[in-house]
Amino acid sequence: MAEANEILLQAKGLTKVFSTGRKGQVVHAVSQVDLTIYRGETLALVGESGCGKSTLGRTLIRMLPATAGQVLFCGQDITAMNDKQFRPLRRRLQMVFQDPYASLDPRMKVRDIIAEPLDTYRVCPSRDETTRRVLELMQAVGIPAEFLNRYPHQFSGGQRQRIGIARAIALQPDLIVCDEPVSALDVSVQSQVLNLLKDLQQQFGLTYLFIGHDLSVINFIADRVCVMFLGTVCEISPKEELYARPLHPYTSFLLDAIPKADPHQRDRHRQVLAGEVPSPLDLPSGCCFRTRCPYATDRCAAERPALRPVGDRLVACHRAEELQLGG
Amino acid sequence: MADPQTLNETLQSQIGEQDGAREKLLRLCRQNKLAVVSAVVILLILLMAVFAPLIAPYGEAEQDALNRLQPPSAEHWFGTDELGRDVFSRVLYGSRLSLAIGILPSIVSLAIGILAGLLAGYFGGWLDYIIMRIADVMLSIPSLLLAMVVMYTLGSSTVNLFVALSMVGWASVARVVRSQTLSIKESEYVEAARSIGVSRWTIMRRHILPNCIPSLIVLFTLNVPSAILSESSLSFLGIGAQPPAASWGLIVNQAKQFLFTQPWLCLAPCVAIMIVVLAFNFLGDGLRDVLDPYRKNQ
Repeated sequence: MAEANEILLQAKGLTKVFSTGRKGQVVHAVSQVDLTIYRGETLALVGESGCGKSTLGRTLIRMLPATAGQVLFCGQDITAMNDKQFRPLRRRLQMVFQDPYASLDPRMKVRDIIAEPLDTYRVCPSRDETTRRVLELMQAVGIPAEFLNRYPHQFSGGQRQRIGIARAIALQPDLIVCDEPVSALDVSVQSQVLNLLKDLQQQFGLTYLFIGHDLSVINFIADRVCVMFLGTVCEISPKEELYARPLHPYTSFLLDAIPKADPHQRDRHRQVLAGEVPSPLDLPSGCCFRTRCPYATDRCAAERPALRPVGDRLVACHRAEELQLGG
Repeated sequence: MADPQTLNETLQSQIGEQDGAREKLLRLCRQNKLAVVSAVVILLILLMAVFAPLIAPYGEAEQDALNRLQPPSAEHWFGTDELGRDVFSRVLYGSRLSLAIGILPSIVSLAIGILAGLLAGYFGGWLDYIIMRIADVMLSIPSLLLAMVVMYTLGSSTVNLFVALSMVGWASVARVVRSQTLSIKESEYVEAARSIGVSRWTIMRRHILPNCIPSLIVLFTLNVPSAILSESSLSFLGIGAQPPAASWGLIVNQAKQFLFTQPWLCLAPCVAIMIVVLAFNFLGDGLRDVLDPYRKNQ
């Protein structure tokens, strides 16, 4: 958990809409998201494919322009800034990408890849100085110094992801958005990279927004978890509480879907969601989960549930208090 | 953090790797013998073109009325033409114009095409639309015809030949660069560069352009011989280089009337054209292999 509750980044009513090219038709990728990230914590963003996790992550650090709403970074509204005003803040918001094979330029040497952020902001006074700093970063992420002049294709997926991480921490950013950083890696390598992320967080006081869909990975890395469904936030809770007692029906379905490594539970009754995910082109009225929710009432169709505090947690469900959901 | 001792050693070993680069080059040469031979041939022909006045036994337009239409002999290696000019000397002098017209307009059209393609692909929108429609118009006209129109409009001169051939080649380069830019710009490493805050121009220069290079080399090595062929065609048709200047196409043009009686007059410039065109194609293939990062250090 974040000890000092200093707010690093805050989204208010953040909305991102993509037009489909057809007139008037739009995809609601992210709608009306309120989110707070505290300094030093790891906030995980989970949800199924296409629910807008990555879009939200990118919109939060202005890799994508927001359609509506605000993002406050250290109290400043970065959605209202122009590119020139935002530029000094850009270096404080960095990103680690999902595919370690696609996120490194195949024509650049490791030195130049890691040096790119340093060169962009002219952090080091000379080329030798930059190389020294690159070597420090390589050591910090566990890439042997003699690989300085190698090309990305000479590395394994895990090593490539370490290079990507070195590039992201080069500017000592405040927030790093990790967009499914381990989902493309072998399971054996995943934990190494996750441990590295944790070590670096302690060492440099980093804050992570960790986007993922593997709940066991999330369980390992996150302090708080934000569950998303169809572009909206269902629930934001501290990890332990979320896994022990989900408040939102969708969270409980997600947790139930985790495969258990226990043969005695093999025959247990699994809750299976009925129907398909509604199209983001045509969202249902009220709560967007109601078409699949076994607990939905008339109120859920009429009124969109706001994200509201329940204890020290946040949940967007009208019936959060009355439902007794299992993890 | 890392202690300075090991850092220094690493920096030193980096400098040491420069020696390894020579070995690497040698190995690459061994793997691409055809390309190396082609490069040597091109280099030799370039040297011959540059030092033509020193090598040529006779002047470019030196006539010898007593020795017209001679077959190849010790004095005249490739024989003499209808004005008694030494064909070997003419081919040597002709290589200057033919090579210059092959290479320079290709460089110009490559530069225009790269710029147009990058702008169209990266910025998209109306800029893309305008650039690509112009390119479409250029591509819809056969290039030789286009060059002929330019030559007729501007008049036949060597400078106009350069202009005409420069205008012809850029559209195909722009198309290739645009399509490459479109795909590379969506790649995660470009997104990574944007997330760092690298400016658009730097992204184009450092990420997109280098990743276009293999295709550009192939295009360039195809453009050079096609420009040489266009020059030859235009000169053969009489609207390219003007006599008494020598170019390979012009020599063929003048020799065509003796094709059945004195075939060697045509043979020498044609073989020269063929060798240069082939050498550039082979060199292009070899370079593409070498410049492909995925094939390095295998």
